[in-house]
Amino acid sequence: MNALRRNVLKGAAGASTVAIAIAAGLLKPTQAMAAWNAPAFDAKNVGDAMKGLGVSAPADSKDILIKAPDIAENGAVVPVEVTSKIAGTTSIAILAEKNGTPLVGDFTLSGGSQGFISTRIKMGQTSLVRAVVKAGGKSYTAAKEVKVTIGGCGG
Amino acid sequence: MAEPMRIRATMAGDVADIKVLMNHPMETGQRKDAKTGQLVPAHFIQDVTATINGVAVLSANLGSGVSKNPYLGFKVKGPKVGDKVVVNWTDNKGDKNTAETAIA
Repeated sequence: MNALRRNVLKGAAGASTVAIAIAAGLLKPTQAMAAWNAPAFDAKNVGDAMKGLGVSAPADSKDILIKAPDIAENGAVVPVEVTSKIAGTTSIAILAEKNGTPLVGDFTLSGGSQGFISTRIKMGQTSLVRAVVKAGGKSYTAAKEVKVTIGGCGG
Repeated sequence: MAEPMRIRATMAGDVADIKVLMNHPMETGQRKDAKTGQLVPAHFIQDVTATINGVAVLSANLGSGVSKNPYLGFKVKGPKVGDKVVVNWTDNKGDKNTAETAIA
């Protein structure tokens, strides 16, 4: 009788292990898709976003040029160009500091790509647009203020 | 979302200037539908990759803070006229699109 009891307990333990494995298996596809850096993009402030990018205390650099309008009339479409003159630039991230989720994009460059990214971003309100550049294992940053007269987040 | 993507690649000296215009609503998930008052679910491009003759040159993660119908411009040193540029994107719902062009 004791032996039976053992078996039942074992069986129960086994079953729950399987259930956990299945749950883990079900979770996997979404995680696999997240080559997309969810923690960085879901971050609600610049510090957390940088942490998600694996950047801490980047050095200010004058070799990063941010071309963006001083005043953006329409926050839904703010053209931003980032040029990094730092040799060996491997990635450029663009953040709009006061957006609900500040990280806008993280661009990884390879195969002869120059330190240059041009895109258009949404800005909820007047804020600094910050570029974070990774080069040779170090990180650098620069920022430029863009005044927004009509916000681009929300309707 | 099988709307076409526009892509243009031109050589300027030894640098290829590549410009891509993707068709996508880029919903943040924070906007309310004016009629129903319901939040419009987030729907945005998360991942963009570009290759030239099969060699990866750009791999980008985008957030919902990129404007509707995203524009992306980048520059690559070294390719030649006629090299094939391929751009792929994937959004948060798993939709994909791809476009290719030859460098002019």
